[in-house]
This record gives sequence, C-alpha cells and structure tokens, in this order.
Amino acid sequence: MKVTVFVTPKKNVLDPQGAAIAHAMTSLGFKNLKGARMGKVIELEIEGEPGDDFNASVDKICKDLLSNPVIEDYRWTLDEAGR
Amino acid sequence: MKTAVIQFPGSNCDRDAVHAFGNILGLPADLVWHKESSLGGAELVVLPGGFSFGDYLRCGAIARFSPIMAAVCEFAENGGVVLGICNGFQILCEAGLLPGVLIRNECLEFRCRTVQLRVEDAGPHFNREKLGDRLAIPVAHGEGNYLIDREGLTALQENRQILFRYAARGSAGDPQLENPNGSVGDIAGIRNQMGNVIGMMPHPERAVETFHPSRDGVPILKAVVETARSAADVKV
Repeated sequence: MKVTVFVTPKKNVLDPQGAAIAHAMTSLGFKNLKGARMGKVIELEIEGEPGDDFNASVDKICKDLLSNPVIEDYRWTLDEAGR
Repeated sequence: MKTAVIQFPGSNCDRDAVHAFGNILGLPADLVWHKESSLGGAELVVLPGGFSFGDYLRCGAIARFSPIMAAVCEFAENGGVVLGICNGFQILCEAGLLPGVLIRNECLEFRCRTVQLRVEDAGPHFNREKLGDRLAIPVAHGEGNYLIDREGLTALQENRQILFRYAARGSAGDPQLENPNGSVGDIAGIRNQMGNVIGMMPHPERAVETFHPSRDGVPILKAVVETARSAADVKV
C-alpha cells in the first residue's frame, strides 16, 4: 500500500524556510499572501492490510523517525489503490 | 580517561576530536565505528561534528538509530559523560539525551566563522572562574538554531544548564559577537540536568593549536574531562 506522510512545522515553531519563501513571493509581487510554511512529503510503499496494527506501525515510525514531535506535526494518507 | 570518538558515515570532525583529546590533552582516544555495539570500556564519549548520513531527513535523526547509540544512551543513563559537538549536539537532541532541537539557521545560511562565547555559570567545571568570561571558538553549521519551548527554557535557566551563549545578538553588528543562527536566548551550548551530557554548536576541537583562531577550546575540553573525572569518582 502507498502511504504518504506529510511532516509540517508546528504552528508555534519558527519556520525560517517558510519565512524565506513568503519573503520571495512578496518580492515577486504575489498579493494577499498570509503566510507560508514548509514541510516534507515522504512516500512509503508498505506491505500489509489496512487496520489498527497497520495504523499503529505507521504512527510509530512517524513519531520515532519521520518527524520530531518537539517541532513537527505529521499526518498521513493511505492509497490502497496504489498497491 | 579512555575517550571514544564515535564515527558515523559523514562525520568529519572525528579525527580533529581524536587529535584534541589524544595529542593535546594526552588521553587515550580512539575512533569507534557507529556499527559497533560496545564502547570498549571508554570513560568519556564524544559525538563529533560533521554531516552524519548527509543530514538527510533531519540533522542527527538517522545517526540516533545507529547501533552504537544504544550503548551511548546506556552509558549516559549510568552517569557517563558524553560530549556532542555540532552534529553531535544535534544527535543528542534527536536521541532525547538533551532537551530541545536544532533547526535551520534563522539567516538560512551556513555560518562558518569564529564567534565570541559568553561563559555562563553552570556548575563546578563550567563557570567564569574556571573558563574566563569570553571564549573565541569557531562555528560551522547550517542548523544550529537551538529551539526549546518556554517551560523548557525556564528549566534550563533555573537548573543552570546553559553553558555558553553567543556574546551578542543582532544581524548588523560585529560578526564575531552576533548570534550566528538565531538560537533562543543566544544559546550556544547546554548540559542535561544531571550534568553528564553536554552539547554545543561551536567546535572546541578546532581551537587547540597555535595556528587555530584561538586555543580557547583547550579549557573547554579540559572542563569536559574534569566533569568525567568527577562522574567517575561519584561512581566509585
């Protein structure tokens, strides 16, 4: 199954990269920008069946490795058709 | 004081650290490959600077799961002294041995320069009386922006866990004095509450020779060794 993990900086955490992107967009004349935050997308191919165990194993690796809970939030989506 | 310098793929200050502890301080110092599971009886552990695993994912995030890190964590939990320099500091934060995290420099640039550090009063071996008020030490990092929440920062201050701060803040000032990365409270180095795990972004091992920008790294490394000696005494 294809799991797509989105890792984003927590709302109250400074995001220098997002700030730089916002700055560049404003410099380019982009109007009405209220903010930019930058995170990561990680695409995983995992064998298994959807269910509690599967969800728990993905959550665990998101917390242990793929994100740093001190500064980042994560969410993930499952694409069963992607098998 | 047998010293183990852990070598990860991408470490690049490992030999400088061995040189500093081995040749400058005269301690038996050896490299230990990250795939080892034992520290081989080391009494002091150094996680050196560099770009372990290419800084992929987050700095230190992958090195933290190297086989040797189980031994390093056990060593630290038993009171053994661990020093993390630059990438080593990042690894210690990722491993949860030190609080907080190091994120991208506020300026988004890699900063490579000698900075002035303000010595804080952080216990018997790290204080102004022992080390002097100011130390000139090189930094070289892109992710040295130390971040911790308000409660965490209060705890660091109340427990005197802040070892060094950058001398002054501001982007238009003297590059030697300014905070090079935007870290909260101008923090450059901290210790854990017990005092046996030490992390700092500046490189004391790059300030030990007469041809280096300064030799101010020597007293810092000596303070680490003194901390390890005190820890060993407590254990006996």
